[in-house]
Amino acid sequence: MTAPLYAGTAREIRDRVRSGAVSAVAVAESVLGRIQAVDGAVGAYIDVWGDHALSMAAKVDRRVKNGEDPGPLAGVPVGLKDNLCTSYGTTTCASKILKGFESPYDATVVCRLRDAGAVFLGKLNMDEFAMGSSTENSSIQKTRNPWDLGRVPGGSSGGAAASVAAELATITIGSDTGGSIRQPAAFCGCLGMKPTYGRVSRYGLIAFASSLDQIGPFTKNAEDLAIAMNVVSGHDPLDATSAALPVPDYTTFLKNDLAGLTIGLPKEFYTDALGGPMRESIMRAVDVLKGLGAKVTEVSLPHTDYGIAVYYLIATAEASANLARFDGVRYGYRDPSATTVEEMYRGTKTGGFGPEVKRRIMLGTYALSSGYYDAYYLKAQKVRALIRRDFDEAFAQCDVIITPTTPTPAFKFGEKTDDPLQMYLSDIYTNSVNLAGVPGLSVPCGLIDGKLPAGMQIIGKPFSEDTLIRVAHAYEKARGFEMGKPAIK
Amino acid sequence: MAQLTLKDVEYVAALAQLSLDEAAKARMLGDLGNILGYIEKLNEIDTTGVEPMMHVLDLANVYREDVVGPSLDRALALKNAPNTDGAYFLVPKILDAE
Amino acid sequence: MEFETVIGLEVHVEISTRSKIFCACANNFHAPPNTNVCPVCLGMPGVLPVLNRAMVEASAAVGLALNCSIARWSKMDRKNYFYPDLAKNYQISQYDLPLCRDGYLDIEVGGAAKRIGIRRAHMEEDTARSTHTLGPGVSGVDFNRAGVPLLEIVTEPDIHSAEEAYAYLTALKQILMYLGVSDCNMEEGSLRAEPNISIRQKGSTELGVKTEVKNVASFSGVQKAIEFEVKRQAKILREGGQVQQETRGWDADRGVTLSQRLKESAHDYRYFPEPDLVPIVVDEAWERRIRESLPELPKARRERFKTVYALSEYDAGVLIADRATANYFEAAVKAGAAAKPAANWIMSELQALLIGAKQSIAACKIGPAQLAGLIGLIDSGTISGKIAKDVIAEMFTSGKDAKTIVEARGLVQISDVSEIETMVREVLAQHPGPVAEFRSGKAKAKGFLVGQVMKAMQGKGNPQVVNRILDEQLAKE
Ligand SMILES: [Mg+2]
Ligand SMILES: [Zn+2]
Repeated sequence: MTAPLYAGTAREIRDRVRSGAVSAVAVAESVLGRIQAVDGAVGAYIDVWGDHALSMAAKVDRRVKNGEDPGPLAGVPVGLKDNLCTSYGTTTCASKILKGFESPYDATVVCRLRDAGAVFLGKLNMDEFAMGSSTENSSIQKTRNPWDLGRVPGGSSGGAAASVAAELATITIGSDTGGSIRQPAAFCGCLGMKPTYGRVSRYGLIAFASSLDQIGPFTKNAEDLAIAMNVVSGHDPLDATSAALPVPDYTTFLKNDLAGLTIGLPKEFYTDALGGPMRESIMRAVDVLKGLGAKVTEVSLPHTDYGIAVYYLIATAEASANLARFDGVRYGYRDPSATTVEEMYRGTKTGGFGPEVKRRIMLGTYALSSGYYDAYYLKAQKVRALIRRDFDEAFAQCDVIITPTTPTPAFKFGEKTDDPLQMYLSDIYTNSVNLAGVPGLSVPCGLIDGKLPAGMQIIGKPFSEDTLIRVAHAYEKARGFEMGKPAIK
Repeated sequence: MAQLTLKDVEYVAALAQLSLDEAAKARMLGDLGNILGYIEKLNEIDTTGVEPMMHVLDLANVYREDVVGPSLDRALALKNAPNTDGAYFLVPKILDAE
Repeated sequence: MEFETVIGLEVHVEISTRSKIFCACANNFHAPPNTNVCPVCLGMPGVLPVLNRAMVEASAAVGLALNCSIARWSKMDRKNYFYPDLAKNYQISQYDLPLCRDGYLDIEVGGAAKRIGIRRAHMEEDTARSTHTLGPGVSGVDFNRAGVPLLEIVTEPDIHSAEEAYAYLTALKQILMYLGVSDCNMEEGSLRAEPNISIRQKGSTELGVKTEVKNVASFSGVQKAIEFEVKRQAKILREGGQVQQETRGWDADRGVTLSQRLKESAHDYRYFPEPDLVPIVVDEAWERRIRESLPELPKARRERFKTVYALSEYDAGVLIADRATANYFEAAVKAGAAAKPAANWIMSELQALLIGAKQSIAACKIGPAQLAGLIGLIDSGTISGKIAKDVIAEMFTSGKDAKTIVEARGLVQISDVSEIETMVREVLAQHPGPVAEFRSGKAKAKGFLVGQVMKAMQGKGNPQVVNRILDEQLAKE
């Protein structure tokens, strides 16, 4: 292989490390070198764990040397969104209020990845507390889209998406509450999976909206996605909402045909609001799927139009409670001038949270406050039930639903920062998937105008991640073009 | 739904323990008013007889067994505290009692 | 104006599970500060609660003992408010669907039976404890108590006097102790009672404005706080004023309640269903298993003691008041003691010894079979009741059997007629004065002579035989 080690897929790296053909340390050094060279321009990492990565890699190499099983991610360089608690380094949610916070424990996914032989490179930038769609709400830095440094990488897992696209990590782990994995994956031209609610343990994920949050991987291709999902999925006794269901071996679904599969195209997604180039790239992808033996049918998700409204009530209501704990008592920032408890709370929250976080706390608090609960929160939960019912009915007619992941490709910095509602509406195709709790996967499906990636969203029935991986893999093999790599300039 | 007022914004900020100066209040009133206006569209849907969705998963009775496990070492528990004497988390004197 | 008092009681009970309600930390907040804590009960970022099954079962058991219906389907909710002792700044509690509801507890006040309705009993987590003695301008927070399981039991406003409130709390504590779900130690806060008190004109059906009283550390404190509050409210109304709806704190030293003013927004708790926890579904089978595991409760036990052991209402009531005492009594009877003397010895001598030594009956060195042994020695005439009092005192300190003590100290009662006759003759000879007095009609003088005989026999003479022989000898000559 003449290509640099950092350019490999997880499967390639894993196999070569396991066979002893390359050392995990050499792989880690290669990716750390790439980060050094390129991340100044991209800004994906908040914190790079150089020494820690090398020592994790050395451990993997020792296991290989001793003939022990080094795990399914042996030596694979992995980056972590900074809302995943790690007992090494800091965990900040890109917020001033958690500056310097050193978690006393590891998130369950972090343990699983480490046990699988992954090598952690560091923590990745995000919108503060995962609230945003462009990573512009990070209190720390901008992350740039590797395909066009003048554009956003999407969000909230912007660092996680940009680093896979720019080969600053082989696999990254993000979180998705309303599109925070799929939308940046689409903007950056990589794969990003939001699993079924309950598939992956949320223990150790700093909560934004507890009933919507899921952790998922970003990868370069479907095979790596299958490998990563094998590691992160499964029941966790520390998360009462994690499903006690068996996890299939996702790598057994990497087949090259889609015979017997029915694809649903929801008519509410293919309206005039969907721009021409985006519509064309999705339709070309659908044609590829047809060529693989899939049947296509029109389905209806009648409450699609209400998804954003429902989402912003439920997500902010839950967030208003979840973020109450950041009060300056046990960890994080405390307003140093406070002399009373009241001043401590107010000074800490006012000085520690950024404007978007404050806005959402305000909205959620209002939606739950005395006299408004029924009209806002309860009403939203009822419409949420209708949205879920829409999906159940649609899935009676098809196996997967295909939509664009986003209405447009990556937008420019500052384009939507002045109008929160416009920013919220950029998640219009992804929100309802979280509301329904079903899995969704964004797969790159070409470049708009030859420049910016477009993403196709594959939505499945609950716990049908295997089917989504099957569709993604078959599509990748059959689409007849390479996405290529961003030039980063 | 009644129009959001500046008084509402002040009340909610107090509930959420946020201090907003006059400019921030005005901005918040505009932003929230905008979003709430958009959310009004939910009133188009008749939800009579619809059960609110509390959980997407059909799970019930998930428990831990009553077994004691290890606690944190105190130094680790207090490690991130802005103010501590090594035994307690220290806060400004609590005056009123809940 | 004549007033009627209307009281509802909210009682928070700490349930003595081994681990906390949502994490595996030990349920013991008496440890050094912040040593029984983990990321979950410290409300660290990213943590999730998982409900302790034993808490659900203990709570349902209390509900069933209080004649509540157990919800087939219930859930946990978040109650939002800011306070430094609340790790997450929300308390996980139950709002609109408590685990237990619509029960009752029968109490007795002044000999009259009365039924107090139980509106609900719900599960929640306890808060941390703060201390204000660490220095000027600071308070310290200890999270050992954060996440200790709490059951909040709320009555209907069926209580109409301080005495009724006291009787309710006593009966409730008895049941909780019988169930073994809490140590109910009010001083240490494992049982906390908060009365809501209002008064209204006698005959009126409308409720008056109520005040809620907090910080009461004993049952008698609850009684005193209610008495104070009723007087305070009556004075206001008589003077034409209006009672303010508010929370008031009990100042035990001064014997008064004081207003605790809270902001209006402090009561907008923004309850919503806890998304991190799934519904609690108690089906019929689970409820049956819990019901079948309930021990016999105080009321049933009292009735049984009356019928099976032919005890008086009073004796039965005293014995069953404490489960361990009632168990002790039954074990003594099982070991062969007759019921009535066993009851008497337990309620008088043993009780006095236990109180004197500040000991619980469970830790008593005299086992129930040993008490039965002592009673057997009295029955058989081996020792007198008087000697038995000395013997039980020694048993209490040494833990030895009554028989061993009686033999070692030669305390066996003397009933031998010739031995007693000899002794009586000697005494009569030594005390001609009293003998003459008796013969001249002063019956009282006989008591002195009996005492002298017993003294000469070191208390071991059988009192009946001594009396008979003394009568015979005095009648002679
Ligand atoms: Mg309570
Ligand atoms: Zn704990």
